[in-house]
Amino acid sequence: MTSVTKAPPKRFTALSLLLRWEWLLVLLIIVACFVNASLSKYFLDVDNLFDMTFNFMEKSLVALAMTFIIISGNIDLSVASNLAMSAVIMATTFQSGLNIWLAVLLGLFVGTVGGLINGLLISRVRLPALVVTLGTYAFYRGVAFVLLGDLVVKGLSESFMYIGQGNVPNTPIPVPLLLFSVMAVLFGLVLHRTTFGRFIYAIGNNEETCRYSGVAVGRIKIIIFALSGFMSALAGVVMTARFGSVRPNIAAGLELDVITAVVLGGVNIFGGQGSILGVVLALFLIGIVRFGMSLKNVPGQIQSTLIGFLLILAILLPQLLRRLAPRLRG
Amino acid sequence: MSVIAREKRRSALLTIAGVRETGISIFIVLLVIVVSLRSPYFLTVDNLRDVLMDIAILSIVAIGEATVIITRGIDLSVASNLALTGMIVGMAHSSHPVVTPGVALLMGMGIGAVLGSLNGLLVTKGRIPPIITTLGTMSIYRGLVFAISGGAWVDAHEMTKEFIGMTKGEILFIPNLVFMAGIVAIISYYFLNHTPTGRQIYALGSNPTAARVAGIHVHRNLFLAYLISGILCGLGGVLWISRYASAQSDTAMGFELQAIAAAVIGGVNIFGGSGTIPGVLLGSLLLGIVVNALNLVHISPFWKLAVQGLIILAAVVTDALLSRRLQQSRSVEGTS
Repeated sequence: MTSVTKAPPKRFTALSLLLRWEWLLVLLIIVACFVNASLSKYFLDVDNLFDMTFNFMEKSLVALAMTFIIISGNIDLSVASNLAMSAVIMATTFQSGLNIWLAVLLGLFVGTVGGLINGLLISRVRLPALVVTLGTYAFYRGVAFVLLGDLVVKGLSESFMYIGQGNVPNTPIPVPLLLFSVMAVLFGLVLHRTTFGRFIYAIGNNEETCRYSGVAVGRIKIIIFALSGFMSALAGVVMTARFGSVRPNIAAGLELDVITAVVLGGVNIFGGQGSILGVVLALFLIGIVRFGMSLKNVPGQIQSTLIGFLLILAILLPQLLRRLAPRLRG
Repeated sequence: MSVIAREKRRSALLTIAGVRETGISIFIVLLVIVVSLRSPYFLTVDNLRDVLMDIAILSIVAIGEATVIITRGIDLSVASNLALTGMIVGMAHSSHPVVTPGVALLMGMGIGAVLGSLNGLLVTKGRIPPIITTLGTMSIYRGLVFAISGGAWVDAHEMTKEFIGMTKGEILFIPNLVFMAGIVAIISYYFLNHTPTGRQIYALGSNPTAARVAGIHVHRNLFLAYLISGILCGLGGVLWISRYASAQSDTAMGFELQAIAAAVIGGVNIFGGSGTIPGVLLGSLLLGIVVNALNLVHISPFWKLAVQGLIILAAVVTDALLSRRLQQSRSVEGTS
């Protein structure tokens, strides 16, 4: 990474802190695994470990795009609603006779358009992402309710449900995990190895300067929001296939889980900092902690409380350390 | 943004606040005319009373939310705070008859204050960004509701008549609930506009650095904003369980977004520094009238969310376009 050496010293310390951050996550994952293994002797079973990942792959797919968005200094609150809207449109068109794979394509298209609308409002009308996606958060979820009301779509085909429930033939690897791994590598490459990725960081660090330096800020924002919409729809496809049904309230509250994971992964909520690796580690950490709590029959609400604590501690501790460090040295 | 550009933007925002209140009022009047043509019941005293009852708690919570947004922050924990306070007070009331309506209200505001100050401490002393702090406490408070209640409800038969009657009674033909919301609005209006602390809250929202240089105690005022939001949520929590005669672990789920929506529709700038109490009240009123109107003209309640989303988007897009037009006309005149 030659760009790092060129960067001013402040950025360098931030990056070295970030590296430490990822090691901390690895350490926490190891601790969580030990705790889980002592809670249940079935935890370290290979099939069990792979099965565990089914529970958080949809969230993880959305988190990849959310990482881009938060690093660019924006936020997308509409992801779960967009997921619901595209899943409902996919399911209802299937129900009225469309081929399931065409319906999937339609769903992905709708999600992308949903994201595109966010991006256009944010970059062309120059509105804050928080407000725009708050509006579409209500609107897209509303569309899902308008289309489906209190009904449920079921009876999706076996071959379709394979996407959400099946394993890669002759291996214990779940299809969603494979899909996520491929996507994570792609997102990682784009973010850390392309000019496009560097621009995302640059926009997050100083949008105004980017604009004056001739970076196509508006176009990049539109692309990453459209990408976020696409990933939400993709997560919707996987989730629909896993549950075998769609309700309009599907994935309610998922946006908060996703943002929590991204921030826990070391991405600066104000933009400009973070890595895909950190986010992937955080996703697995949360997944393993939640799985451990489920082994002990801890109710979902209490699990969320602990994740909330984890989020606050994750930000608070490094802050305190940073403040204490000079004093200790002095 | 240069200093001059920022100045221009600021004065444009001030004009917008005025324009916004007029604009939203005109919109409300048009909506009222259209709906009353479709449904004669709409403009009856009974129905308007219902609308006001429905938006009273929303406006109380939205006023707290607006105070926080004015400081450039955001409070996502309002609904969880409301639910947790409601549950604690509800459980206390059902097991100890000492908790009369008056005690309940004080207790609610006290608990809300504690929960709000925790946010305030994390934001000021912990230097955690408001959106992260309150995202965290949102799940923590919500989980605690479940933890202390074990998932059980506090039902109407566990509450005394006086407790339920606290929101339903009337003073001078005005429902108590609306009366209380009115008092909250008047006090906050006075506080924000006519006290030094209130003005300091605006000042630190429009420019934290300048505020600090001018000797404003930024942290103390920030803390205060979260404290106020907490107290109002606590009050809202007690009123909520009295009005709906039940406290549940999923009370007011998603209410934080309604509160933010009411503030944003009412012209509170999400970047801080501007926003008015009358605006917030009009924002709440608009949301309330829309929901009520959908019911009356027999549009499926499933449209509610979609319509609310469209209103939020319409409000902010109009704002942005208006402020740009104003800035342009100013720079042409060269009056800045």
